[in-house]
Amino acid sequence: MDYNGFDRPAPPQRAEALHAESRSVKVMVAGGFGTGKTTMVGSVSEIVPLTTEETLTQASAGVDDLVGVADKKSTTVSLDFGRISLNEQLVLYLFGTPGQERFWFLWNGLFKGALGAVVLVDTRRLQSSFRAIEEMERLDVPFVIALNIFPDARDHPVEEVREALAVSPHTPIISCDARDRASSRDVLIALVRHIKERSAAALEPR
Amino acid sequence: MTEPQVRSGRPGLERYYILTEGRAAPVGDASSLDVATLVVACSAPEPGIEPEQDAVLRWCRDPLSVAELGAHLELPFNILSVLLADLLNRGLVQARDPLAGTGDRGPDLTLLEEVLSGLQRL
Repeated sequence: MDYNGFDRPAPPQRAEALHAESRSVKVMVAGGFGTGKTTMVGSVSEIVPLTTEETLTQASAGVDDLVGVADKKSTTVSLDFGRISLNEQLVLYLFGTPGQERFWFLWNGLFKGALGAVVLVDTRRLQSSFRAIEEMERLDVPFVIALNIFPDARDHPVEEVREALAVSPHTPIISCDARDRASSRDVLIALVRHIKERSAAALEPR
Repeated sequence: MTEPQVRSGRPGLERYYILTEGRAAPVGDASSLDVATLVVACSAPEPGIEPEQDAVLRWCRDPLSVAELGAHLELPFNILSVLLADLLNRGLVQARDPLAGTGDRGPDLTLLEEVLSGLQRL
């Protein structure tokens, strides 16, 4: 939209309007580049997936990870997202994280307030999701690992993958097809069950 | 006499600078704004407000997330946060932060159950 477009903003699509009393929850979809994050967001979303951006300007200077891009006036980090109405007054926003994990912490509070995260893994390139897993552990965000099974991927027994990824036995690992709505939904269900179990365990007296 | 300047393409950093009066980040209540925060207008746009603020109020007649607003208005999150901070301070919009799975009183099992049943109905 150009600047002049603000004189005549496109009217919101009323059919997609949220209830006046709506509240939201957010879930993150993380994982390496090309693991299917945007695909998963798109397959379960009730709206056409959108992209929102954060412009990192000189205000972010002085951060070690920006060495090398410090000369640039601004860097744009994009977030693809979709929406799922869970009931009349509760809506879930699903955010696909930027591929470059080093920018995550610059997007202030990106994971703060999230119920949890799905870490997508391409079994042909396990290493591309290592960083995402490390970040979830560091930020203490509850997560499940979803193996996005690409057509030409060979079978990887879950326990073999668990060992290769070095994740704790408490972290669920499930297979999925990120292109498939039901399959992506099942990943989200597995995530919420995991969060519930984790919460229940935390409530138990020691 | 000079020809009126024709603007094309996306607004540049100059426009952002004017819109935000040079502020890089919001202050006060809006500093906690999240991409999943729902924004809802409290009143109709007043005459004389900035076109971008007017657009926010029009889009938020029904609740809409900050992320959706940013996408529809093609405004980066940090710029939008500053605009929303002004609208919040003037009482023109309300903001509802996303509900967290855990709070000061521990995990919110009722919320998690609600999310679960919603997903199972899909």
